[in-house]
Amino acid sequence: MLTKSTRDRAASFSRRGVLAATAGLMLGLASLTGAKAADDTIKVGVLHSLSGTMAISETTLKDTILFLIDEQNKKGGVLGKKLEAVVVDPASNWPLFAEKARELITKDKVSVVFGCWTSVSRKSVLPVFKELNNILFYPVQYEGEESERNVFYTGAAPNQQAIPAVDYLMKEEKVKRWVLAGTDYVYPRTTNKILEAYLKSKGVAQEDIMINYTPFGHSDWQTIVADIKKFGSAGKKTAVVSTINGDANVPFYKELGNQGIKAKDIPVVAFSVGEEELAGIDTKPLVGHLAAWNYFESIKTKDGSNEKFIKDWQTYTKNPKRVTNDPMEAHVIGFAMWVKAVEKVKSTDPDKVIDALPGIEAPNLTGGVSKMLPNHHITKPVFIGEIKGNGQFDVVWKTPGLVAGDAWSKELDGSKDLIGDWVGKKCGNFNTKTNKCLGSGS
Amino acid sequence: MPTKLSARFCSFVLSLFLIAFALPAFAGPFEDAVAKFANDDFSDTEEAVGVIASSGNKLAFPIISALQDGRLMADPDSKKVYVTGTDGKSIDAATGEAVASVPDSASAVRLNNRLRRSVDAALGSLTLQSPDVGTRLQAAQSVFKSHEETALEAVDAALAKESNKSVKTALGEARAAILLFKSDATEVEKLEAVATLKARGDQEAMALLTGMGDQPPSVTKAAASAISSIQSSLAVWSTVQNAWYGLSLGSVLLLAAIGLAITFGVMGVINMAHGEMVMIGAYTTFVVQEVIRTRYPGLFDYSLLIAVPLAFVVAGAIGVLIERSIIRFLYGRPLETLLATWGLSLVLQQAVRTMFGPTNREVGNPSWMSGAFELGQITITYNRLWILCFTLAVFAILLAMLRYSAIGLEMRAVTQNRRMAASMGIATSRVDALTFGLGSGIAGIAGVALSQIDNVSPNLGQSYIIDSFMVVVFGGVGNLWGTLVGAFTLGIANKFLEPVAGAVLGKIAILVLIILFIQKRPRGLFALKGRAVEA
Repeated sequence: MLTKSTRDRAASFSRRGVLAATAGLMLGLASLTGAKAADDTIKVGVLHSLSGTMAISETTLKDTILFLIDEQNKKGGVLGKKLEAVVVDPASNWPLFAEKARELITKDKVSVVFGCWTSVSRKSVLPVFKELNNILFYPVQYEGEESERNVFYTGAAPNQQAIPAVDYLMKEEKVKRWVLAGTDYVYPRTTNKILEAYLKSKGVAQEDIMINYTPFGHSDWQTIVADIKKFGSAGKKTAVVSTINGDANVPFYKELGNQGIKAKDIPVVAFSVGEEELAGIDTKPLVGHLAAWNYFESIKTKDGSNEKFIKDWQTYTKNPKRVTNDPMEAHVIGFAMWVKAVEKVKSTDPDKVIDALPGIEAPNLTGGVSKMLPNHHITKPVFIGEIKGNGQFDVVWKTPGLVAGDAWSKELDGSKDLIGDWVGKKCGNFNTKTNKCLGSGS
Repeated sequence: MPTKLSARFCSFVLSLFLIAFALPAFAGPFEDAVAKFANDDFSDTEEAVGVIASSGNKLAFPIISALQDGRLMADPDSKKVYVTGTDGKSIDAATGEAVASVPDSASAVRLNNRLRRSVDAALGSLTLQSPDVGTRLQAAQSVFKSHEETALEAVDAALAKESNKSVKTALGEARAAILLFKSDATEVEKLEAVATLKARGDQEAMALLTGMGDQPPSVTKAAASAISSIQSSLAVWSTVQNAWYGLSLGSVLLLAAIGLAITFGVMGVINMAHGEMVMIGAYTTFVVQEVIRTRYPGLFDYSLLIAVPLAFVVAGAIGVLIERSIIRFLYGRPLETLLATWGLSLVLQQAVRTMFGPTNREVGNPSWMSGAFELGQITITYNRLWILCFTLAVFAILLAMLRYSAIGLEMRAVTQNRRMAASMGIATSRVDALTFGLGSGIAGIAGVALSQIDNVSPNLGQSYIIDSFMVVVFGGVGNLWGTLVGAFTLGIANKFLEPVAGAVLGKIAILVLIILFIQKRPRGLFALKGRAVEA
């Protein structure tokens, strides 16, 4: 039973709680609506999850866009106007992505949106961007098989990450036997389908390929690592190609280290492990395992552009240890391309900007110049990095030049004749055999 | 006089000679090879390793071991290469002379996986006769792995001198591996080699036998029979291995569920924020390790021992707070409790995300929890073994506490008949708070253990909440022994299903089985009987 005094205390406590909560809420609202006042700004939407499972990866990208806008505004903005970020939180909830995208475009009237991480979130916002005719810059490596008029893909397509990585292992490590391990969702499944077709075209037999899927957030890797060990002891050099989703990698690598699988015996090349993921793990047992990306923080550039970017980023975030990673670079390139396109057509009208973007070039952070292609993908260099003891990567191989992103994989029967061309053919899935555009049906 | 002079002259000439011989000739093959390290090219480095390892120069070992540890520094401008000792002193790699300091422009010579393998092979043949037994064993094993013909002489020489039994076996196996791949070895030698590998009987031996290529027919036949005998022994071991993995998974499930067995099983509170208590325990470990890293680095190996009581206190205190401020108003209203605690779990997650950031936090493994040991043909990792022991200890302590302590007696009394207990003078609301605190505290300790095998992120708890409920419901609500049996049954069943059905289907199959089981026995494996249940 409550005595009067405790009840009073409880009541006053909750009242104070309510007061604090409302104050917080009002502050939050104020910061959201305060942006509304100025009309002489160009609004840029940021659609990245700040809570939920994907917050681990996406929060950094939100900060990246805020940083880029800040830098651009220091240079005087775009078309004489200041840029203004409108940040929303889709909370790792795929349908909410579509709602928030609609809100950004109709209510906040943004001129462009930078956002999404998972393929399912991208698929969920696609109809909204088509219907309301706006622009989405998508910065993450993905499974390909898509080219949409309203989306610009600044991350890697499979031929800009997975295929070169497999080539490297074949040539440099003389790998003959392959484990394709992935998390059970669309990106690993499609990528592994492409890789399987590619390996077979290179003469790898079916029994030398092991495909393995695990649920999201899988944490007990004992059986799978033991299986890999067993598969790897058939007398042929074996490697693991990992499309395991970010978070599950940490226990996976821990188990590899504990069971004594060294990179020199069975190397693992990963497509979703970057500097950010390694920040939560002791990397000493992992030295020598590989990752394929289009950017590494450790890359030294002749003109110092990467070094300068890292320094500015750490100053902006006030954290001298903050790392940079590949999707961040994709946003840097995408943002620069958008700014250039807007300045070229002297307008933020989505139709004009979409038409202006193909052909636009912007420097990437590794000393080259990336170009937006008619299929809305970009050209990128591909690097293979080995994990070092300090959580960074040491680049051991890179493609001689830039690789053009293929929207449609050349390895898969269903898509090898398709191209995306929004300049000449005005079509995202043009069949070069039948000379027909398949249209928006697929 | 002239004799004296000639003697002096002679000694002068002699010393000149000596100097000429003592100083290594400039631009010999060894020096050329050393200079190649400065090219920062992987093929050049590999070539250099080969030349240096077979040069017989006494600097070969220090250079190559420095290369392995990243202590070999090369200056691309002057093409000079230095070996930095573990004591901080440096020598010039080409001449062996001490240098005062390594220039700033020098950087460590880089390695890739292919190079690491050749470095290992080179070091293996160089250290076969090292005075240290452990080094010799390691050397023999790396020769076994690389099985390069060039190492045969060194292995034979080492074998003749070796007295330690296990090193001798390892050397014999290394010799067998080399002979098996040596094209001009006799048939008898090869048959012997197959027999040696058959006796070794592990996956690596099988890998060598399957990958040996064209051989005389008698050897191929012997190899085939050796392979099948190894395979059948490995099949037995793989069953043992699955059982061990099952026990280990079961221990993790038990650890996560044991706190819930108290709050849900004993008190009947559906606590959706249970996973977040686990997460708070994991973050406590992180904070403890962070403090130790910055202030008392020597204590790192004890960090978990310090974290366990702290996590119990932190999570327990938060548990008491939750019980006092929310749950006690909701007793007997399971739906509201479920919703309230679920909301609470989101609040706790976001609070941790705001405080510590959304990214994973690094929780290190103390040295006694890293690595593995071999038991027969299976690998047992120390972290899993310790977690199993720890879980059983927690379970035993909890059981003893409920059985023998005064508070345990009160807890049992309150759960069995609240009104009777109250009339006997037990402060039931205090007992409720303490029981909830105990359950939360134990979830906190589970977090300490789970931080060793899983990500420490705000989502840590979410991945365990469903499994925990599954274990408690399956084992029988209100019975700790049921939780124990339930956890191990699920763990072992999962691990025997996984190799057959795959991780995804295995998990689904387990869920379906549990649903069917609950249809048949709604109260789980060990149902409580008596009036308390009906009430």
